[in-house]
Amino acid sequence: MTKTKTADTPAETPHQSVSGNAAQNRPAQTDSATDGRLRIRHLLGLEGVCREDIERILTTAESFKEVLDRPIKKVPPLRGQTVVNLFYEPSTRTRISFELAEKRLSADVVNFTASTSSVTKGESLRDTVKNILAMRTDVIVIRHPSPGAPHFLTRATDAIVLNAGDGSHEHPTQGLLDIYTIWERWRDLRGKRVLIVGDVAHSRVARSNIWGLLTMGAEVAICGPATLIPRSFSDYGVEVYTDIDKALDRGVDAINVLRIQRERQGSAFLPSLREYSRLFGIDSERARRLRPGALVMHPGPMNRGVEITSEVADGANSVILDQVTNGLAVRMAALYLLCGGQATPGREGE
Amino acid sequence: MKPGLTQARVFMDSAAVRRAIERIAHEIIEHNQGVEQVVVIGIRTRGAPLAERIAEAITRIEGQAVPVGYLDISFYRDDIKAAMSQPVVQKTEILFNVNGKAVVLVDDVLYTGRTIRAAMDAIMDLGRPRAIQLAVLVDRGHRELPIRADYVGKNLPTAENEQVVVGLKEFDGTDSVTVGRPAPRRKESLPATLDFNLDQ
Repeated sequence: MTKTKTADTPAETPHQSVSGNAAQNRPAQTDSATDGRLRIRHLLGLEGVCREDIERILTTAESFKEVLDRPIKKVPPLRGQTVVNLFYEPSTRTRISFELAEKRLSADVVNFTASTSSVTKGESLRDTVKNILAMRTDVIVIRHPSPGAPHFLTRATDAIVLNAGDGSHEHPTQGLLDIYTIWERWRDLRGKRVLIVGDVAHSRVARSNIWGLLTMGAEVAICGPATLIPRSFSDYGVEVYTDIDKALDRGVDAINVLRIQRERQGSAFLPSLREYSRLFGIDSERARRLRPGALVMHPGPMNRGVEITSEVADGANSVILDQVTNGLAVRMAALYLLCGGQATPGREGE
Repeated sequence: MKPGLTQARVFMDSAAVRRAIERIAHEIIEHNQGVEQVVVIGIRTRGAPLAERIAEAITRIEGQAVPVGYLDISFYRDDIKAAMSQPVVQKTEILFNVNGKAVVLVDDVLYTGRTIRAAMDAIMDLGRPRAIQLAVLVDRGHRELPIRADYVGKNLPTAENEQVVVGLKEFDGTDSVTVGRPAPRRKESLPATLDFNLDQ
């Protein structure tokens, strides 16, 4: 799990006691404009989030990763705050990751799943949320099939809102954890080439990745069947390919393999999974053509043998399980920074 | 050098800081009857180089190296919502086990005691040390919690509206302890030395 870490972190012996590493103890440059706080108040998407905010989340996530290695994997900053996880769509990994992140920050957590709630009785999103907020909750994490549902919440409530995926719009914490995984390896994304393969048109993961990666200075290419690739992305400086071999020829430092949604098989988008697998599936032959040390990523859940073979998914370049660990750290960082950034009127300057 | 202070008076120069660290090192060795089970942990940011210097002095005097760690207390602050500004979170690096050890916490200025409360909570989450001791370069008084230092470089009674600025050669090129009144507040011009000390 630490194979990405060793690349940059020099091994320090416990007894390294004398000075000489003064440089690393130097206070990090503070951004006088934000005073350590994020400029964003909610995490709705990565489109429009500035580089400083993304970097602050990444460096804070690194500190939380250290917390996750401790015997007691819990710190108290969100003590007394209540977080509601509002999930209107099925999710395993994102929901568990958010819940664990909240608990490890000592927040009180309420889980709300649409299928077991009054939503089935016809209650509107606005009313559901108003009711939950009337119970004095501070933070809402929402996943919803409709793009823009989290934005709507920010207007309807005073709570801090984190988007855990809204339709095919954005999934910012997934984007951040993918970016963190690449950043952890190289510390600087400028000039790194990232290839996103699959159903980009319907993928909120792809969108969040693209916005964040472009902000961080990476070169982004997308590749997939012509029916699933929005050409309009080339307007933002994203290279668009429909031939995976051409995309690989340009050199790739990190490949993010999107899940192919089986339900699209047989629709006009995708003739068959077998054809997709042959044309776009990442097998060891294709993985060999990545640049040395390149990362193989997948947001999960994987369809082994369809978009990625088991050999590659479990291979030496795979960081798929690191992504899961990083997701926890990144979500802790986002929650911590968003909650801390909120100055309480009247108690300032204690 | 101290653009943020008016009526600044220098209370310690680099020689005084060096002597204080030397004395603290001796006191730590004496108090613990050797340094067999002693570890030194500096509180980020300004406690970190002080911890290194104390450990270096102990090694020189006693001929035995003591482990040094660095602690970031951001996650344990009691003012996350109230703080005007959030210091940038830095990494905690404690690459040894604190169980059964005598942990010497090191910070530059002891003021309200809230930083030390946070640091003790953080240490407790890492294990069960035999004892926690506290070494500070300056004790300026005005405690808000029942906390006292075991090793003090200099006791410096101050008024509440004064500021204690510790300069360290690792960050500022030279060692010094200065007391003064904060200049009329212009946020951008606050020296970097003030931004990181919770106790200031």
